[in-house]
Amino acid sequence: MFDRRKLAEIKKQRKKWEKTTVPNWLRRHPERRKNFETVSGIPVKRLYTPEDIENTDYSKDLGFPGELPFTRGVHATMYRGRFWTMRMFSGFGTAEQTNQRFKYLLKEGETGLSVAFDYPTIMGYDSDHAMSLGEVGQCGVAVSHLRDMEILFDGIPLDRVSTSMTINGPSPMLLGMYICVGDKQGVPREKLAGTTQNDNLKEFFAQKLCIFPPKPSLKLSTDVIEYCARHVPNWNPVSISGYHIREAGSNAVQELAFTLADGIAYVESTLERGLKVDEFANRLSFFFACHNNFFEEIAKFRAARRLWARIMRDRFKAKNPRSMWMRMHVQTSGCTLTAQQPANNAIRTAFQALAAVLGGTQSLHTNSFDEALCLPTEEAVTVALRTQQLIAHESGVADTIDPLGGSYYVEALTSEMEERAIGYIDKIDSMGGVAAGIEKGFFQKEIADSAYNYQKEVERHERTVVGLNDYTVEKDWIPMDLLRIPPHVEKEQLARLERVRQGRNRQKVKQSLDKLFAEADKNKNLMPSIIEALKAYATLGEITEVLRSVYGEYRELIVI
Amino acid sequence: MSKKEKKIRVLIAKPGLDSHDRGAKIVARALRDAGMEVIYTGLRQTPEQIAETALQEDVDVIGLSILSGAHPTLFPRIMQLLKKKGMTDVMVFAGGIIPEEDIPALKKAGIKEVFGPGTPTSTLIEYVRNNVSK
Repeated sequence: MFDRRKLAEIKKQRKKWEKTTVPNWLRRHPERRKNFETVSGIPVKRLYTPEDIENTDYSKDLGFPGELPFTRGVHATMYRGRFWTMRMFSGFGTAEQTNQRFKYLLKEGETGLSVAFDYPTIMGYDSDHAMSLGEVGQCGVAVSHLRDMEILFDGIPLDRVSTSMTINGPSPMLLGMYICVGDKQGVPREKLAGTTQNDNLKEFFAQKLCIFPPKPSLKLSTDVIEYCARHVPNWNPVSISGYHIREAGSNAVQELAFTLADGIAYVESTLERGLKVDEFANRLSFFFACHNNFFEEIAKFRAARRLWARIMRDRFKAKNPRSMWMRMHVQTSGCTLTAQQPANNAIRTAFQALAAVLGGTQSLHTNSFDEALCLPTEEAVTVALRTQQLIAHESGVADTIDPLGGSYYVEALTSEMEERAIGYIDKIDSMGGVAAGIEKGFFQKEIADSAYNYQKEVERHERTVVGLNDYTVEKDWIPMDLLRIPPHVEKEQLARLERVRQGRNRQKVKQSLDKLFAEADKNKNLMPSIIEALKAYATLGEITEVLRSVYGEYRELIVI
Repeated sequence: MSKKEKKIRVLIAKPGLDSHDRGAKIVARALRDAGMEVIYTGLRQTPEQIAETALQEDVDVIGLSILSGAHPTLFPRIMQLLKKKGMTDVMVFAGGIIPEEDIPALKKAGIKEVFGPGTPTSTLIEYVRNNVSK
C-alpha cells in the first residue's frame, strides 16, 4: 500500500528507533513480559508500521464494503443504514414463559428473536421421555409438538420478525413447526425470515448434541438447505457455527478454520443434490464467538469474510457476489464469564460486543452477567441488551464503516489469521475433509488440547482472569436473585403433551409417520413429509424416533 | 504393589442431557496427569449407567459434572443406586453450574463436595487424594 522508497525510509527510521529510543527507555522501564501473544498464541509485536502490511494490496485484500472480498463489510453502508440485529438468545420453562420473555425483549428494543430450546427438544425427545427427566424447561424452552410452537409465537406476527433457532439434529422438525405456525397466521413461506442453526457437523466435535450418525445428519442438514432454497427463500437454512468450537476450548484460529472447513462440506454436500452454487450459497450464514482478545477477534471476523469470499470464488466458482458474502451472527463468549464477581461479566461482555461491532457483524447476542450461575433473569438480560444499545447509540463507532481498517496491527493480524486458517484447511482437505477428520478424532483432540492448555495457563497465573486468579474477594457480590425453573413447569408441560396426544386424529398421525418411515431411507427430501406429520400433531419425539429407527444413533467418539 | 501405592481409580461421569464436557474432560485429564486411573463415561449417561460403570470399574471416586440444571433430580438418584449396589465407600464429588442454595440437599443425599466454576484442578487433585476412603 506504500511505495518502495517510502517503505525503505520507514524501515530505516524503525531500526534507528529500536537501537536508540527503545533501549534507552527499556533500561529504566522494563516491559511487563518477555513475549506478548494473542489468546491463539500469535506473537504480538511492540509496534506495527507500514512495513507489516507491505504485501497487502488495498484493492485485492480490502476493497470496498459490499464488494469482494468483503473484508471491510458485507453491506455498502454497514451500520449507517441500520444497526446490526440485536438478537438475544432466550428460552426457559414453558412456551408461555418464553413467549412473555420474547415480548418483553421486543418491547425493550430487541430487533430479532432467538430461541433457546431445552435439552430434550434439542435431542429430539418429548418432555415425558425417560431421558428428559429433570431437564424439561431447564436450559431452554420445552417444545414437543406444534401446539407448543403456536404458544411460543402467540401474538408475534411472523412476517414482522426474524427468528433464529438454535436447533441442529431436529432442525427439519422445528423449522417445519415454524412454517406451520406461519401457515396458521396466514404468512406466506417466502415471507418467513430467520435462521435454523442446522449445523450438524460441528456437533460431532464441538457442541456434541448429536442424535444420528454423521451421514444421515448431513443428509438432514442438506434437506433443510435444499428445501429452503426452493420454498423458503428468505430463510437462512444453516448457521455454520464456530461459536461452539470456541466454547468447547479451541482458540480463534481453530474456530475460524474449522468453521470454514464445515462450510466447505455443506457447499459440497448441497452441490451433490444438483443445486448450482449460486442457487443457495447466498443464504449460508455463519456464527462466531467473540472472546476476550479485542484485536484478535476483530481480525478474525475480517479474515473470515475475506477467506470465505475467496473460497467461494476460487474453489466453488461462484459468480454472484452474494454467494461469496459471509453474513454472520456473533455471540459474546460464555466461557469467559466467571461465577466470581459476576457484575464484572457485564463489562467483559461489553468489550466483546464492541469487538463484534468493530468486526462488522450482522447480528449480535450479548450474554447476561449472571450466566455463569443460571439462565438470565429479566434484569440481567436487560443490561445485556442495553450494552448493545449503548454501543449503537452512544459510542459513535457505528457511524463509519470498518473504522479499524488500515490499522497496521489489525491488517497484519487479519492476514496472519487468514494464513493460519488456510494452513488448517489444507490439512483437513488432505485428511479427506471434515467427516474424515471427525472419524479420526482430529478436531476433538485439537480442541481438547487447547482447552487444557488454556486452563493450565490460568492455573499457572500466566493468564490473568480478573476476580478468579487475581483481584479476588472473600465474598462475591451478586447483584440480584438467580432465575430458577420451578417444578410446576414440568407438570404443565407433561399435561399439555398428554392433551395433545389425546386430542389428535390417531389414524392421521400413524399414516404420516408410516410415510416418513418409508421415505427416510430413500433419496428424498424429508421436509414435506415431516411437515405433514407435524400438522397431524405427531410429536417431535415420535418423528425423531422414526428417524432413529432408520438411521440409528450416534455413539460418541471419546477423546480426552 | 503395596496398598499405599495402588492408584486411585476415578470415574468422571456426565449425567443428564447437556453436552458441556469441557470441564469434565479437563478434570479427567488433570486427575490422570496427577497419577490416577481415570475413566470418563462420555455424555448423556443415565443414573443407572453411571452406577453400573462405577461397579464394573471398581472405582474409589466418582466425579459428576452437570450444567443443565437437572442435578436436583439426577444426583440423588445416582446416590440411591450406588447405595443399592453396596458402593457406600465410594467418594462422590460434583461440579458444574450448581446454585449454592442447592448444595445442602445434595450433600444430604451423599455428595461429599460440590465445586463451582473456576475451581483450579490442583484443588480437585488435593481434595480427591485427601478424601478417598482407602
